[in-house]
Amino acid sequence: MMIVRALMTMPAASFVVAWLMSCSSSGPIEPTEPRRPASFDTARVLEGARLAAIGNCITCHTAPQGRAYAGGYPLHTPFGTVYGTNITPDAETGIGRWSEAQFVRAMREGLDREGQHLYPAFPYEYFTRLSDDDLHALYAFVMTREPVRATPPANRMLVPRPAIALWKARYFKPARFQGDASRPAMWNRGAYVVESLAHCSACHTPRGALGAEKKDAYLAGGEAGGWHAPALDATSPSPVPWNPATLAGYLRTGLVDEHAIAAGPMKPVVMNLSQVPEEDTRAIAEYIVSIDARASREREGRAKAALAAPVSRAADLVGDRAIRNGAALYAGACGDCHDRGRAAEGGALPLPLAIGLTIPTPRNLIHIIRGGIVPGPHDARPWMPEFGGALSDSELADLLVYLRSLTDRPPWRDVEAEVKRASKGDE
Amino acid sequence: MIELRVNGRVHRTEADPQTPLLYVLRDDLGLNGAKFGCGLGQCGACTVVVEGEAVYSCITPVSAIGSRNVRTVEGLGTGETPGPMQRAFIEAQAAQCGYCIPGMMMRAQALLERHPGATPEDIRRALQPNLCRCGTHMRILRAVERAAELMKTGSRS
Repeated sequence: MMIVRALMTMPAASFVVAWLMSCSSSGPIEPTEPRRPASFDTARVLEGARLAAIGNCITCHTAPQGRAYAGGYPLHTPFGTVYGTNITPDAETGIGRWSEAQFVRAMREGLDREGQHLYPAFPYEYFTRLSDDDLHALYAFVMTREPVRATPPANRMLVPRPAIALWKARYFKPARFQGDASRPAMWNRGAYVVESLAHCSACHTPRGALGAEKKDAYLAGGEAGGWHAPALDATSPSPVPWNPATLAGYLRTGLVDEHAIAAGPMKPVVMNLSQVPEEDTRAIAEYIVSIDARASREREGRAKAALAAPVSRAADLVGDRAIRNGAALYAGACGDCHDRGRAAEGGALPLPLAIGLTIPTPRNLIHIIRGGIVPGPHDARPWMPEFGGALSDSELADLLVYLRSLTDRPPWRDVEAEVKRASKGDE
Repeated sequence: MIELRVNGRVHRTEADPQTPLLYVLRDDLGLNGAKFGCGLGQCGACTVVVEGEAVYSCITPVSAIGSRNVRTVEGLGTGETPGPMQRAFIEAQAAQCGYCIPGMMMRAQALLERHPGATPEDIRRALQPNLCRCGTHMRILRAVERAAELMKTGSRS
């Protein structure tokens, strides 16, 4: 509001305000000449950098090994593949000619510069709740990136873009964030970030047949790039339930005691969050943990039970062939590190504490065992080596059956089929 | 009794099924090319190729191999008649202490057999898990690029 008021006091500002007001219209907004980077306020650009890190923007707007924000990242959806766009300020291939009003409209309403609908793979469902100030800062940030001339591959989607209008009419509501005055400021900050910019729900909430979130299952576990995104609500399968301190630490470092290391699509999220002020990760953690409505005593009890469990049950589990074979494979391939615990040199997390074993599908474990968990480029800590070439499909399946038997959950169904599906690259 | 196919030959071993492949190769079969470095799949000195894929033999139980063929550096050629990968490493004088080199060669071999046209960037990425404590990486990278050329032009030396 302050900014709008400031603009009103300036001469010739009325058309700017008119532009901002026209956000909800669906027609094209005339392109502008690219703005000089120096015309943006440095503090605002820095603020935008913080916000872009929370939004994990770089991940979907950067091709593997590509230039930052120049687009080309393939996002596989049940409806085809959509490629992240070039959001560098290149005038021809990026968003160099996008006015701030056009940028704001894309973020809040899912329309491109010409007024065409954007696929909701671009998470405007969440960005619609962003504040004016944060949108100003994000605009300043993207418009001051190095312009890169790059056109991403054409989308390969089964649904034509005009049809998105129908989807939006049914599922998309432009909205602003509504805080809860009865909650502490930290919680509200977390709620705002999680429900807008961080868009946690995009992966951690299950989706229906038409790709819309199931609103009655908020953060009850979803899917991302062939990985399961675990539930964060009271159904959280985390063997040791999260508390605000451990979750905040996890979000910053990807590695905290008694929890598995961040892997898969969560890895870039953590890499980005490691760069934001601690208050942001603390706020996110406080809000997320509050969604798990279980009483803290219940959670403590669960944590105690998980930690008291034997490091790994001996192979004498009265089991079938798969469990026996899996136990032998575990002893030969995994136990050396995982039986020793993290405190020992080269030791790793005792697997009964690993969330990969307790989620409803073996998919994450398949990815982790096959590909390992490779640390980031500036990260020298030991890593989970890959076993892709070491284990055949049927051995991997046996190992998965055995690992699942270490938990109190029912066996996974069709483990072999899941392994085969993952081999074909179901991402 | 476990049957193990290494470099095209079938061997029998009395080893416990959980024994790391590396120990069987070195202690039972006398194939000392693959090295014990960390024993935790962190350094790559033990790398061998199983059915086309680079594998840490120190953390692979011998029982996991089944009927798949294992290739070790001994399978790439001999001292008298080195194969293209080995010739390239000799040409580039890529070894300092040499401990990591069999692992480097095997991971590179797996890469080039799958991607004969691997770029220097591909090679760098693929070899990332293998450590050289002497610091001969630049020569190792040159050697692998050279090996790609030699492998393409067949056995001409």
